[in-house]
Amino acid sequence: MTTPAPDASKPRIGGEVRGLVYRAGGANRIDGIDLALPKSSLTVVLGPNGAGKSLLLRLMHGLLEPAAGEILWDGKRLDERMRVRQAMVFQRPVLLRRSVGANIRFVLRLRGKATLEAVDSLLAEVGLEQLADQPARQLSGGEQQRLALARALALKPAVLFMDEPTASLDPAATASIESIVKRAHERGAKVIFVTHDLGQARRLADDIVFLNRGRLVEHTPAERFFDQPDSRQARQYLSGKLILD
Amino acid sequence: MQDFGEAFRLAFQLVLTADPDLLEIIVLSLRVSLTAVAFSCLIGLPLGAALAIARFPGRPALIILLNALMGLPPVVVGLLIYLMLSNAGPLGWFQLLYTPTAMIIAQTVLITPIVAALCREVVEQLYSEYAEQFRSLCMTRRQAMSALLWDARYSLLTVGLAGFGRAVAEVGAVIIVGGNIDHLTRVMTTAIALETSKGNLALALALGLVLLTIALSVNAAVMMLRMTASRYAYA
Ligand SMILES: Nc1ncnc2c1ncn2[C@@H]1O[C@H](COP(=O)(O)OP(=O)(O)O)[C@@H](O)[C@H]1O
Ligand SMILES: [Mg+2]
Repeated sequence: MTTPAPDASKPRIGGEVRGLVYRAGGANRIDGIDLALPKSSLTVVLGPNGAGKSLLLRLMHGLLEPAAGEILWDGKRLDERMRVRQAMVFQRPVLLRRSVGANIRFVLRLRGKATLEAVDSLLAEVGLEQLADQPARQLSGGEQQRLALARALALKPAVLFMDEPTASLDPAATASIESIVKRAHERGAKVIFVTHDLGQARRLADDIVFLNRGRLVEHTPAERFFDQPDSRQARQYLSGKLILD
Repeated sequence: MQDFGEAFRLAFQLVLTADPDLLEIIVLSLRVSLTAVAFSCLIGLPLGAALAIARFPGRPALIILLNALMGLPPVVVGLLIYLMLSNAGPLGWFQLLYTPTAMIIAQTVLITPIVAALCREVVEQLYSEYAEQFRSLCMTRRQAMSALLWDARYSLLTVGLAGFGRAVAEVGAVIIVGGNIDHLTRVMTTAIALETSKGNLALALALGLVLLTIALSVNAAVMMLRMTASRYAYA
């Protein structure tokens, strides 16, 4: 497996949100979140279903417009120039109706750097080099998600958003995704990984952002979060209880 | 009164012996309609795709208009193009009336709305799936449009076939602007209309058989495209 050299030209980027509010269906679905994500960490966003994890990710990536508040990356307001340095993998991969290789070439061409070697090394990175000529949408769920991840990595993102990418995958596929994400993080990408799988959070996280009902409950280093979380809600969540408030 | 059985026998004979007059009519029909479809796709596909992803105030009205234009009566199109191309008309100077070019223009006007409207529907459906990913990739409208057109290629081929089916079978527009002139602008549908009224049922029937075969082939092609597309999960 070829592993591209660390991308030293691309220092990590830290993110910050201030007073973030997002309204939908007559309610604040994101309800005044203040958060500062350090540059160097792999951040895992945890919380029960409907907590607002996906909304937070979409807002931070500029896919949604907040009703109030600010989103800063590297101290600057989120704009298109920052957005091209970010990539996102969705819970359900959206693949083009083309071959596996063509899906990668497509994004490389968008950024004006499609070369055969680039396609090959990206596919090798996620272990799909044998399947380059297959129609992408015929792949298994795990392979599709790996392709989506390879496509995101093709953008050489400074920030990589992952929204429950393994929610419907088997353990082997999950392990493969996790190790690719860890490598990307080691090579310098700021990773923000949403999950509601506690085991996955333990395996990946440097710091945990814990959301409940559109609010930030706590943002703590992973060790402390799992040993002695600050909040009652996190304790309930960790002990497998439903959080009813 | 001609014997129908005899007419059928003669019709099959014309088809099977590849009668030169028959062939000439078929070839012209195909040339006119295929050219019209090509132009319609050239105009209608980008138009439909643009309408599918653009958001502007008059958009719903435009979509309703386009859908309404799908049902344009061919004779009305024929009449309008006739007025444009006749000597007194704005394009009379080109002397196109009663030429195959006039017929191509009329059929292009007739089926461009069909291609555009169906394309809009297909692409909009696809875009609802791709939109967020495209936004994440910071794609421009132009990039999105061409990517969508390519990914919808199988559906759009069937759109083109639908346009062709409509063009090759219509009679109202081509008879007005083409005039059904022997060896010049006589196509299958106009020939059937004329020969039937003259009582020459054999030629009319032979052309009818060919038209039916074309209609069947178009539908078979659409079916095969759908199957191919779903086999590769490209549908
Ligand atoms: N467009 C919308 N209209 C109404 N409610 C929405 C909309 N988008 C999200 N929500 C609601 O906001 C809450 C948070 O959603 P989401 O961020 O997807 O949760 P999760 O933490 O499971 O990813 C959910 O209760 C969801 O139903
Ligand atoms: Mg979610």
